[in-house]
Amino acid sequence: MNRIDLLFKRKQNDILSVYFTAGHPEINSLAEILPALENAGVDLIEIGMPFSDPIADGPVIQKSSQTAISNGMSLKVLFEQLRNIEFNIPVILMGYLNPILQYGIENFLISCKEANVSGTIIPDLPLSQYLIQEETFIRNNIHNILLITPLSTDRRITDLAEKSRGFLYAVASSATTGSSSFHNADTSYFERIRSLNLKIPIIFGFGISCHADFIKACDWGSGAIIGSGFIKLLEHIESRKMDYTRTIADFVCRIKYGNSIQK
Amino acid sequence: MNNISAHPDSDGFYGDYGGAYIPEMLLPNIQELKEKYLEILESPSFIKEFTSLLRDYTGRPTPLFHSKRLSQKIGCSVYLKREDLNHTGAHKINNTIGQVLIAGFLGKSRIIAETGAGQHGVATATVCALKGLECIIYMGALDIERQALNVYKMKMLGAKVVPVHSGNKTLKDATNEAIRDWINHPEETHYIIGSVVGPHPYPDIVTRLQSVIGHEIKQQFKEKNPGKNPDYIIACVGGGSNAAGAFYPFISTDETQLIGVEAAGKGNETSMSAATLELGRPGIIHGSMTILMQDQDGQITEPYSISAGLDYPGIGPVHAWLDAKGLVKYLSVTDEEALQAAKDLTVLEGIIPALESAHAIAALYKMNFRSDETVVVNLSGRGDKDMSTYKKEFGDE
Repeated sequence: MNRIDLLFKRKQNDILSVYFTAGHPEINSLAEILPALENAGVDLIEIGMPFSDPIADGPVIQKSSQTAISNGMSLKVLFEQLRNIEFNIPVILMGYLNPILQYGIENFLISCKEANVSGTIIPDLPLSQYLIQEETFIRNNIHNILLITPLSTDRRITDLAEKSRGFLYAVASSATTGSSSFHNADTSYFERIRSLNLKIPIIFGFGISCHADFIKACDWGSGAIIGSGFIKLLEHIESRKMDYTRTIADFVCRIKYGNSIQK
Repeated sequence: MNNISAHPDSDGFYGDYGGAYIPEMLLPNIQELKEKYLEILESPSFIKEFTSLLRDYTGRPTPLFHSKRLSQKIGCSVYLKREDLNHTGAHKINNTIGQVLIAGFLGKSRIIAETGAGQHGVATATVCALKGLECIIYMGALDIERQALNVYKMKMLGAKVVPVHSGNKTLKDATNEAIRDWINHPEETHYIIGSVVGPHPYPDIVTRLQSVIGHEIKQQFKEKNPGKNPDYIIACVGGGSNAAGAFYPFISTDETQLIGVEAAGKGNETSMSAATLELGRPGIIHGSMTILMQDQDGQITEPYSISAGLDYPGIGPVHAWLDAKGLVKYLSVTDEEALQAAKDLTVLEGIIPALESAHAIAALYKMNFRSDETVVVNLSGRGDKDMSTYKKEFGDE
């Protein structure tokens, strides 16, 4: 069974997923960040595969991608790093289609499987094009997770929900990553999603950066994804030479419970 | 005659190339355009306003000039399609006029565009002034430094010019930023892409709007040479909009050999070239499957050409397809060859071409024409914007 499905079988609420870019801030940072997140009690991890032209991302993730590429990160390096780390929670790779095409889609999915990756999020692989590849994803037991937005029609949401595997990624506002605040998101969109009675879990993303956002996302869906907010933390850790494990545990605690770990 | 059409299928594919590889956030806008663009472009009210603006505002039809001294030098009959005589100095305005009208039909009040050298930015700012629309132009910070005159023109025309600091700070990054703006402002905004690139239906929209060039060539050539089509049409290709427009009515005729000219910069054997078809591989850039310059990991690389209008790392999917089908022959021309061609045209005909168009002129020297053959070169733009480069290259004497 896919680890994402196992997770949702065990836990339907308060899912916290954290995103970071592979190869950022340092080429090997993943080896510290991934275990730190798992130990801190995060439920899902999304690892960004850096791309030179990330059109759906705001400045924070763009910058981290650029740093990662100049650090020498590539799909080949990423898979090598993942194969050398032990982890038990579901890991999802998120990134753009072109590097995957150059690697070869089938090769990419095989490498995912070998590296214990459970799913993918590929923003510029639209549903119509994904369907051409769907069988290859399923055969390799890699869940491709699809996105919905406030501008998606009910019909479109239903179609995407039907084809998304593991969960459905609900972009909270029509925006690039990190550019809007979840707090101000339009609740009529959340109500609309709820009224569709979708069978697949909904995880909210884009603009989530604090405990209040997380609670709100958990009220309307199964949980939330934090991306840009966490990347900023990583830059802070790196620039001040702080301890990854403790600082990340503290961050996760603040998001989940609204207060820091007491010393 | 064969039955090849230069239009994509209903999903936007020209053979293997094209399509719309876009994030879900852009889907409603792209879907709306896709559903409405043909109906708009074919509606009598659009055609009426487009035609009258092209005539009365930009000065079309542009002349087809029999370039006698250049003909003598090359050894065949050379005609120049004078797109350089359009208002704002290049073919770019054919597209922006059409697209600003499309924006009107869609009820969009805010216009965004990317620009490299600034020609498309100026053409967009111009039509926004004409229509009284808000206009935001994304331009790489590096290009802003290099193209101060065009930046000022855009500002004087009332546009807001936003410097783009991401990536390499040039055209590719400006395009990314324009796409991001569209994602963030989906409802009131129309994005005017400047070339036959981007997700479907943009390549088809821009090709159709620019096809006025080819239709005029066909008619004007027949007026001068009754019953005949030119033996060759030559146009430069960055993204490829002037070429797509000039080639369009001739794609299904065997009588005319079409030649696209890419920029080889300092040479295709160096790392400083923009000859995408020669150096690129299939992949996705700005929402379209096409040929693009990239490294082995699929990261898009920065091309180089002396001409800022030709240094795009991709190429319109229609050209990737025309190349694959062998319907157009693509060559490349170096900086040096283009500069020499610009100088020749200037002294022989009294026409200072844009550096982009000089690449098309330079291709004349690479062909072996028979003396009875006829060639139309699409002179896509004038050299005003390139005077500082020319001065630097040719000196002051």
